[in-house]
Amino acid sequence: MSFLNPKRWYHSLGKRRFYEALLLIVFILFFYGPLLYTFMLAFANKYEYPSIIPSQFGFQWWNYVLKQPTLVKSIGLSFEFAFATTFISMIICLPAAYVLARYNFRGRKMVMFSFLLGNAFPKIGIYTSMAIVFYKMNLMGTFTGVLLIHLIECMMMMIWLPTSAFRNVPANQEEAARDAGAGPLRTFWYITLPTAWPGIAVAAMFAFIASLGESTGTLLVGLPYYRTMTVEMYGVILDYPSTAGAVFSLILIAPNLALLLLMRRYLGADTLARGYKMG
Amino acid sequence: MSDQVKLEIRNMTKIYKTGDGVRNINLTVNLGELVTLLGPSGCGKTTILRTVAGFLSCDTGSILIDGKDISHLPPEKRPTAMVFQSYNLWPHMTVYENMAFGLKLRKIPKPEIQRRITEMLELVKMSGFEKKYPNQMSGGQQQRIAIARSLLLQPEVLLLDEPFSALDAKIRSQMREELRKIQTDLEITVVFVTHDQEEAMALSDRIVVMNKGSFEQIGTPAEIYDHPASRYIADFIGEMNFIEQRDGTTIAVRPENVTVELGDGTGGDIGGYVRTIMMLGHFYEIAIGTDSGIVKAYVSAETAGKFKRGDMVNCFFEGTYRYEPDSEKKREKIAPA
Repeated sequence: MSFLNPKRWYHSLGKRRFYEALLLIVFILFFYGPLLYTFMLAFANKYEYPSIIPSQFGFQWWNYVLKQPTLVKSIGLSFEFAFATTFISMIICLPAAYVLARYNFRGRKMVMFSFLLGNAFPKIGIYTSMAIVFYKMNLMGTFTGVLLIHLIECMMMMIWLPTSAFRNVPANQEEAARDAGAGPLRTFWYITLPTAWPGIAVAAMFAFIASLGESTGTLLVGLPYYRTMTVEMYGVILDYPSTAGAVFSLILIAPNLALLLLMRRYLGADTLARGYKMG
Repeated sequence: MSDQVKLEIRNMTKIYKTGDGVRNINLTVNLGELVTLLGPSGCGKTTILRTVAGFLSCDTGSILIDGKDISHLPPEKRPTAMVFQSYNLWPHMTVYENMAFGLKLRKIPKPEIQRRITEMLELVKMSGFEKKYPNQMSGGQQQRIAIARSLLLQPEVLLLDEPFSALDAKIRSQMREELRKIQTDLEITVVFVTHDQEEAMALSDRIVVMNKGSFEQIGTPAEIYDHPASRYIADFIGEMNFIEQRDGTTIAVRPENVTVELGDGTGGDIGGYVRTIMMLGHFYEIAIGTDSGIVKAYVSAETAGKFKRGDMVNCFFEGTYRYEPDSEKKREKIAPA
């Protein structure tokens, strides 16, 4: 087993690359360690002290979690909110993003910047002040109330990324469509939207993920009637065995992972960097 | 080409917030005529084209096609079609879909669309490209499709905004020829915008030379080349030697109208010494250093062989233009580098 001797690695890799590799390993453990552990826990039927890995693997806890009516209901609710948030934010934000991309009006940068502000403060402060307003408007504990919270969560993404996507559609292409006889709305629908689609899809994905992951505001506004997965998570951590918690968190992660894989083609560092460029 | 007026621009003015723009533009284009707006960038030629297409509104004046005022119509209601310098085609559509877009909006039945597209692709020599996407084609091929797509709309006036300037020289001249052939065959009325005087010369029935938002001269390519109305045009179109006179006027002469003879360097219309001899394809350029600057002469290979650097020579002019100092001063201020 002499190849496991770190001293050999050090000399064969050289000093710099050895420390680089070490750093990488630490990083990977740091990022993926908990995830791996969660995976292991979720599929552990029997896991008792002092064994390091579970003595028996299976779907026991999956069955258990999927038999809890409140948990299953929360899964459905989370997706309801995620779809509604994505859809409504697109309806609100895409026209706004188009205007921001195409027209150079006074205060354009201020408008862009204002969407950043929502993300610049601790969320709980914003949600608390919103809750005060919501009480007056009878929005506490309503679907609309929670939806509004989720919309705020994804506004910035939904404005910034599509704005840059729209700006990357050459004006000539829209003009050519007008020239061919299409009015402004048809031009937007048949030319601008499909051309800008990759950027919009990425923004929609982030909106979906953001909505799925929102917990603080939902907890504050939605309780006791609207308990999404993330809200239930608080209870699960406290009341259920850790193995059940692992199953539940995997269910929470799975759609995000699936979306990321699906959008991999559009998800370049430059797409995001372009999206966050102001101007 | 006929005498029937197709497009008329009357007293049109369009000024941008920056103060640039075009003023008091009057132009008529006849049916089947190809008129080129020629000028350096920023002279307003594209502005005129875009007001005709409807992408810009004019401040005053009107635009008429077949005698009907169209200046209040949005671009989609105007009987014009425009081809841009680049990014013409919609990248998410195939060639066929690109070409069918306008026809579908016009509610033309499918078999008819199919027939027209096949015909048009044949005309621009792009048959078989129906299923290709724009990014699978070269720049030249994309511009062919862009022109074909515009032609399919059967516009009363075709507007071309530097459509070939992003292409390399060889394809550019080839596209020019083909455009000219299609245009004369189909008798299409075309307004063409370019900053390339060679392109304007090659293509046009008439050229409008523009400078700083107004027309300097309108005429056939030969008229403009042989009788440049101002020093600005003399400078802009083709090669020209300018020789300042003592009375303040300027004499201008084309290099091909300069004959060079060995001599004492003081005789003829102007004398000097040979600075450089350059081969420019089928002819040579001799640059002669004189007291009033460098004078260029185009000569045959045979003639060029008689000279070497440093020879004293006398030059004779065969056709000159004289520009008054007043107009020159005025031009000087606004003439581009």
